Amino acid sequence: MSFPWAKEYQPASPLTKWVDERLPLPRLIYNALGAGYPVPRNLNYFWNFGILAGLCLVLQIVTGVVMAMHYAANTAVAFDTVEMTVRDVNWGWMMRYAHANGASAFFVVIYLHIFRGFYYGSYKAPREMVWLLGVVIFLLMMATAFMGYVLPWGQMSFWGAKVITGLFGAIPFVGEPLQQWLLGGFAPDNAALNRFFSLHYLLPFVIAGVVILHIWALHIPGSSNPTGVEVKTESDTVPFYPYFVAKDGWAVGLFAVLFSIMLFYFPNQLGHPDNYIPANPMSTPAHIVPEWYFWPFYAILRAFTSDFFFISAKLMGVMAMFGAILVWFFLPWLDKSPVRSSNYRPLYRKFFWFGLVPTMLVLFYCGGAPAAEPYVMLSQLAALYYFAHFLIVIPIVSAIEKPLPLPYSITESVLGNDEGAQLRPGHGATEAVHADAAVNPPLQGA
Amino acid sequence: MAETEGVRRRDFINIAAVSAVGVAGVGIVVPLISQMSPSADVLAASSTEVDISAIKSGQAIKAIFRKQPVFVRNLTAKEIAEADAVNVSTLRDPQTLKERTKEGKENWLITMGVCTHLGCIPLGAGEGETKGEFGGYFCPCHGSTYDTAARIRKGPAPKNLEVPKYEFASDTVVKIG
Repeated sequence: MSFPWAKEYQPASPLTKWVDERLPLPRLIYNALGAGYPVPRNLNYFWNFGILAGLCLVLQIVTGVVMAMHYAANTAVAFDTVEMTVRDVNWGWMMRYAHANGASAFFVVIYLHIFRGFYYGSYKAPREMVWLLGVVIFLLMMATAFMGYVLPWGQMSFWGAKVITGLFGAIPFVGEPLQQWLLGGFAPDNAALNRFFSLHYLLPFVIAGVVILHIWALHIPGSSNPTGVEVKTESDTVPFYPYFVAKDGWAVGLFAVLFSIMLFYFPNQLGHPDNYIPANPMSTPAHIVPEWYFWPFYAILRAFTSDFFFISAKLMGVMAMFGAILVWFFLPWLDKSPVRSSNYRPLYRKFFWFGLVPTMLVLFYCGGAPAAEPYVMLSQLAALYYFAHFLIVIPIVSAIEKPLPLPYSITESVLGNDEGAQLRPGHGATEAVHADAAVNPPLQGA
Repeated sequence: MAETEGVRRRDFINIAAVSAVGVAGVGIVVPLISQMSPSADVLAASSTEVDISAIKSGQAIKAIFRKQPVFVRNLTAKEIAEADAVNVSTLRDPQTLKERTKEGKENWLITMGVCTHLGCIPLGAGEGETKGEFGGYFCPCHGSTYDTAARIRKGPAPKNLEVPKYEFASDTVVKIG
């Protein structure tokens, strides 16, 4: 579906006409990323992170396929093959560090993408499916990143694998057999390393598939925008090409500069020195921490230190950690406010900036800190607020809040102070609005 | 499409075909799942013999069993007294030191060196490592603290350090597994 004023694909040559009649792939791309996709004219820079996430996925697949050409998934040689890639293979150092830092860049981009969704209410009707698929992509990314981190078979790889598979051991009754089934042994060893490699190669392509569904679901209602007011008339939109291709191009350029600085000047900044020690099943590193992008969830895992009735502290921690992400699946129905953008939600905005954001920062910091006071208590307080925010604050605030008046349209929000602008029925652009109101009835309350 | 009562020939063929596919599906899924379980070489009964003659009172060693560490610890009289002084009913995983050691060999505490929380190796068996607040073992990953009978006393671990199956082959050799 698209808006009625979307430009139609016109094959320019006999060849493209011949292709279009047999496999309309150029038409699909034209309607998805070309002039055939009208986009709200007021998108800000937060709307660039989708394309950047796609770019990161491509970067990871390309560098990952290269890494796999030089890697051997065997505990005896895995560590050496990664070092050999870095030292002996032509440009191997660049491929390896681009892949390792690419994972971090991917998570930076995805966290900002999710932040955008939270702040601007992108998860609300009619875009729930876009959001749900996004959470699925995030879970797949976490699994892929975790298994990829195990492959170099350093100390952090080994002990990370042991701790994370140990999470499944917390499940009552089936936990221990399940853990042994996942590992193919009693502790991480050759069997585990091989299957992690196999799945680490597979999952990015699964992610790519879900990304296609994510974009497909997005293109049915079209992109959201910073006002949260739905598109009403043609003047609310501009074609994706050239306007947002250019704007995304600018973002890609900036990303490339920042990524190059990390890659070429601080390639090991985000890694752990312990992972340059080959895996030793007989010695645990003094301070096991996951990669930085798992810290908030790791802090929630560690926040549970005593039993809760009949549930062990270990199982509580595991359930809370997974629950912290699973609660996102329910967000579109927990937040009942019809107003999408936090810009028009004064009370919700306060809880967002002074509740959720500091909580995430505290969890992030505590997840990377040692398992000692005051970090444990801070994690506990932050975890408490985290769940309260989703399960109590959001439903209550969305029920009692009086939102600010919304602009009539995207055009009004952009050109509201412009004397010559045609804004609403009776003010100029009457025909266009009436013609369109039947197709796109306004969803907003205001 | 005859309008006859009861089971038609076509119904029978439908049910038979779907059932056959279902059975075939199970037949495909079972091997696919089962192949991920520990393989025969991993499962092959492995036992380890540990010479304990050199472990002095108050010392401990790490042995290897099924590629995981085992702590063999020679408790001092003071450590035994500390372990016995605890009121068992206050423990998260109630067990006495006697139940965790062999008759007449109460000073030999033999446990897996695998934290029951998430599988890290606790500190306390090696020379100079911290033994934690209760004089037993301390897991650096998430702060689980074990006492001199390797029982969980503090932190997130749900169980005491596991006592593997073992026997004294002689006064100086322990056979684990």
